Amino acid sequence: MIDLNIIWFLLIGVLVTGYAILDGFDLGVGMLHIFAKDETEKRMNFNAIGPVWDGNEVWLLTAGGALFAAFPIVYATVFSGFYIALMLLLAALIFRAISFEFRSKMESAAGKSIWDWAFGISSFLIALLLSVAFGNILGGVELDATGKYSGTFLGLLNPYAVIVGLVGVTMLAMHGAIYMAMKTDGAQSARMATWANGAWMAFMALYFLSTLATFFFAHYLFDGMLKNPLFWVLFPLLLASAGYIPVAVKAARFGRAFTASSLVIASIIGLSAVSLFPRVVPSKTDLAYSLTIYNASSSQYTLQVMLIIALIGVPLVLGYTIFIYRVFKGKVVLGKDSY
Amino acid sequence: MDPVFLARFQFAMTIGFHFIFPPLTIGLAWLLVIVEGLGLKSGNAVYTAIGKFFGKILALIFAVGVATGIVMEFQFGTNWAEYSKFVGDIFGAPLAAEALFAFFLESTFLGLYLLGRNKVSKGVHWFSILMVAIGSTISAFWILVANSWQQTPAGYVIRNGRAELTDFWAAVFNPSTMVRFFHTMDAALIAGAFLMAGISAILIVKGKEVATAKKSLTLAVYFGLVASLLEVFPFGHEHARQVAHTQPEKFAATQGLYTSQSGAPIAIFGVPVNNPPEIKAHIKIPGLLSWMAFGDVNATIKGINEFPADEIPPLWMTFVSYHNMVALGMYFILVLLIATYKIRKNTLWTSTKFLKLLFWSIPLPVAATQFGWVAAEVGRQPWIVYKLMRTSEAASITVTAGEIMFSIILFGLIYILLFILFVVHLMKEINHGPAPLELQEAV
Ligand code: HDD
Ligand code: HEM
Ligand code: HEM
Repeated sequence: MIDLNIIWFLLIGVLVTGYAILDGFDLGVGMLHIFAKDETEKRMNFNAIGPVWDGNEVWLLTAGGALFAAFPIVYATVFSGFYIALMLLLAALIFRAISFEFRSKMESAAGKSIWDWAFGISSFLIALLLSVAFGNILGGVELDATGKYSGTFLGLLNPYAVIVGLVGVTMLAMHGAIYMAMKTDGAQSARMATWANGAWMAFMALYFLSTLATFFFAHYLFDGMLKNPLFWVLFPLLLASAGYIPVAVKAARFGRAFTASSLVIASIIGLSAVSLFPRVVPSKTDLAYSLTIYNASSSQYTLQVMLIIALIGVPLVLGYTIFIYRVFKGKVVLGKDSY
Repeated sequence: MDPVFLARFQFAMTIGFHFIFPPLTIGLAWLLVIVEGLGLKSGNAVYTAIGKFFGKILALIFAVGVATGIVMEFQFGTNWAEYSKFVGDIFGAPLAAEALFAFFLESTFLGLYLLGRNKVSKGVHWFSILMVAIGSTISAFWILVANSWQQTPAGYVIRNGRAELTDFWAAVFNPSTMVRFFHTMDAALIAGAFLMAGISAILIVKGKEVATAKKSLTLAVYFGLVASLLEVFPFGHEHARQVAHTQPEKFAATQGLYTSQSGAPIAIFGVPVNNPPEIKAHIKIPGLLSWMAFGDVNATIKGINEFPADEIPPLWMTFVSYHNMVALGMYFILVLLIATYKIRKNTLWTSTKFLKLLFWSIPLPVAATQFGWVAAEVGRQPWIVYKLMRTSEAASITVTAGEIMFSIILFGLIYILLFILFVVHLMKEINHGPAPLELQEAV
């Protein structure tokens, strides 16, 4: 029943979810950085994520590597198909990565402000491009009978994908605002709580809109979903955790709000995975041409070897990631070694 | 323009730029393990000063290394989709293993090393730089596994129109993995040593924190000397032998051996010309090549003339890159021997010219690694996977020349900017110099 292909579909889902939760708050903090008020607030932003953002980003790299190993046809088709979008994404990832180091080295206010903008805009672009790409996969892409992609860059900006893209952006802005509210106190924490509420409202409205849009543009997503028992776990979880966020924010229980927004992210990605399954990339041209976990996968032997690698590697990673988060837990304090 | 040519150009550009930074990261990380370890054992504030100063430089190099590395991870899918489909069953695993076992380790612990000096005990702090060094070494291992497999494939069958894995360990430890790993790792140690030595040297010239700089210079020179000697023998030698056995046409191209010979000579110097292929202005040692490759001065070595015309690599690039690498290897040994002598005689600190030479030598090991890769990768042509798939069949069919051109220009501009920023900030950091020793205990 549960075979290696299904396990790898799940594992990649876990990696994507890990990325969205962890680097998600980095990206949210980055987007909100554009609106930061003064130098202290800006430095708080950089230092709240400084020690962890790179480790968080590695979830994306691991998801990419695992996709290559488990479903090489998907890796090759999607990445070459979304060529220009991916190049822009990579450029944004580069600017985000270097902004920490170079901002802290700037002495003039003007110099710092360049990197503030680079950090803010690149974080926004990463969140947007990744979410739009996700929207395109959900909505289906132009694949012919041989699995060849025939879409265009502008085609990627179709209304459905853009709505999903905005759901992603508002969700991560909310997630990042809650994270910063948790890592700071006083005025900055209060401002972040306000942002969290605003982003929550936008997110809820857009999510509702995207569900409607799915009815019209990608109806087939509902076919698999409603039949899958996991739907009845994930959907209530999504509603409960999304509903709890404003309550927790109001009570200034930011740790709980953060857990709730992490669950929102996990259940949304979970629901998308359930609705795609067993397809990985649905074809708009004809659903029968879709790339699935069976026709796009590596051999059984490779999936087995990879599973062993994952079983050794993932616990190790989780172990020291938890250790590092504990070292840097609590409110951010600016010190001599800080950015 | 031909999309395959553009894709090749782009790959060479992005990986070449990325690979400026990893050797420096790996080499410097290991040197810092030693420095911080000595500090931990002796409690001497000099080591803390060196650690903090070079730690900042490591952070800078690492940041650019990470930024440029991300591009590489996705590049196989974007530009080489046909290749990715053909090798995915084998090639993806090392890439995933690299992320899982190495990238998490190095990036997580680098954050702790740089920002956690006052948050954790001294022992844990040392452990964090150790994990950075081990992480970057594991990273080198897995990515070199992937590369070595495309040089000397093993542990696979061709089935369903692609290479399928049949034996994981045979694929991982294919005939060139270990030699390539040691050779490349050691090259990184040399690069780190020259970086530390060169920066320390210029600090002494400028009279900044001389006592601290003398310590780091001495350490780097000894470390670099050992690494440079090992790089030529056994690592370089073993690598050359492996190539002679597993990729004879590449070997012939690196050596400039255009016709088969017994008692083949080693070309110390030569100017290759293409048409007809020959080496002009030769300086050579007869018989040595045969002896080094096959343990017999009379062994016959196949020349380029024995291989089909459509299976030979570009001769000029391969020969020139290889010889530049070897020449630089000799230069490193020479310079570091002189430096060691001068340290022993206690005259190094006042030899301003020589100290400046050390400073200007910082980029040379990086150049040597680039030459090495060009020899290895151009020498592999026309194959992308040796004898299994041609480079011309490997590019993405759905990506147009215009799109590749767009990305070449985009990344070209970004990389120029990155490189300028990197050099400017490196120089700034050097001008700041390490913190004065009296201040060390206080923090
Ligand atoms: C011999 C070593 C070596 C080689 C040949 C390569 N790299 Fe590299 N790479 C490293 C050694 C390294 C390194 C030492 O681990 C990093 C970390 C920081 C740095 O400067 O280099 C790095 C960073 C780095 C990162 C960022 C990791 C992070 O976020 O922490 C990625 C995604 C890659 N690399 C991917 C690649 C790919 C796909 C390559 C091949 C085409 C490649 N690298 C060649
Ligand atoms: C890090 C140092 C490296 C450098 C400087 C380097 C250099 C190059 C160069 C110059 C080319 C172009 C050759 C040509 O087209 O004539 C090339 C191609 C290529 N290399 Fe490397 N390489 C490096 C590492 C790697 C690694 C680690 C891998 C695989 C994991 C790899 C895989 C490839 C592939 C797929 C191509 C494209 C196809 C081709 O043109 O052969 N390279 N590389
Ligand atoms: C006499 C000294 C040396 C010898 C005989 C030697 C030999 C070789 C050979 C035969 C290759 C090609 C391997 C292949 O195509 O598969 C190679 C590649 C390479 N060399 Fe060297 N080398 C020497 C010195 C150096 C030095 C001093 C450095 C750098 C500091 C260096 C760095 C590299 C690198 C990075 C590569 C590419 C990766 C690889 O294929 O291993 N080499 N070397």
